[in-house]
Amino acid sequence: MSLRVGVVVFPGSNCEQDMLEAMRLVGGEPELLWHGDATVNAVDAVIVPGGFAHGDYLRPGAIARFSPVMSAVAEFAAAGGPVVGICNGFQVLTEAGLLPGALQKNAGLKFVCAPAQLRVETTNSVLTRSADKGAVLNIPINHFEGNYTCDAETLAQLRDEDRVVLRYVVNPNGSVDDIAGVCNEGRNVVGLMPHPERSTSELLGSTDGLPLLRSLLSL
Amino acid sequence: MIFSVHVEVRLRPGIADPQGSTIERAMPTLGFSGVSGVRVGKSIRFEIDAADETAARSEAEDLCSRFLTNPVIEDAIVELEPAGVAS
Repeated sequence: MSLRVGVVVFPGSNCEQDMLEAMRLVGGEPELLWHGDATVNAVDAVIVPGGFAHGDYLRPGAIARFSPVMSAVAEFAAAGGPVVGICNGFQVLTEAGLLPGALQKNAGLKFVCAPAQLRVETTNSVLTRSADKGAVLNIPINHFEGNYTCDAETLAQLRDEDRVVLRYVVNPNGSVDDIAGVCNEGRNVVGLMPHPERSTSELLGSTDGLPLLRSLLSL
Repeated sequence: MIFSVHVEVRLRPGIADPQGSTIERAMPTLGFSGVSGVRVGKSIRFEIDAADETAARSEAEDLCSRFLTNPVIEDAIVELEPAGVAS
């Protein structure tokens, strides 16, 4: 039986269709979850996809965290359910307090849309358990506010607890410690700026997103 | 009692402000050579109905820390006065 994956849609999300396609490709059974419904519909995993939820008004993710679905996502995460936030979804998860830190504007004030080399730093997370530690993945980034930051204490904790999931080989946006993705203490909530759903076919230039998406399905 | 509130949201010291530095770098081309320390923030205005100034300030500050700012990267200055006072 394939696992059901809920893909959250806010007004302004724009990566949900790509994610549905990508999840079908790796054998999942994806469905959309509307932000206004306070339920995750008993799915097996939740993805908060990229885009501009609520227009990114005030700050990216600042308003999305008040959407009714987010309390259901928080409950699901607290019960150990796998939750992955990609790009704007990562911003939403930090604003919602499900992941530490924040995403500030890229150093250099450039919107960066380019392939990025990412190193898998740990396989102890719901997004990397089927990947190889140390593997370098070619997955695109597409963001203006992807410059990960946190206080020194949080950074030390992330390092000590092996919670930096992915690092950029070449830092594209000023992120502290080259961080591209982190996980929570339970390792079931992961946020990352790069878009694995856009690296699922040679036609797109890379299939390196597949091991990450498969990880989510390998419960 | 109605209070007019003005919140200035600022990036915390030490948080990179690429927008501010880009503006600063553009200034000499316009002939403004002595300007430095440019920081870009947000200005938010609203009204609060509260029993007194202390209650209004406490509500505004709560609103700032829980919604209007992201405390990881931003802080806020709250100014308030009884509504209707010319400012």
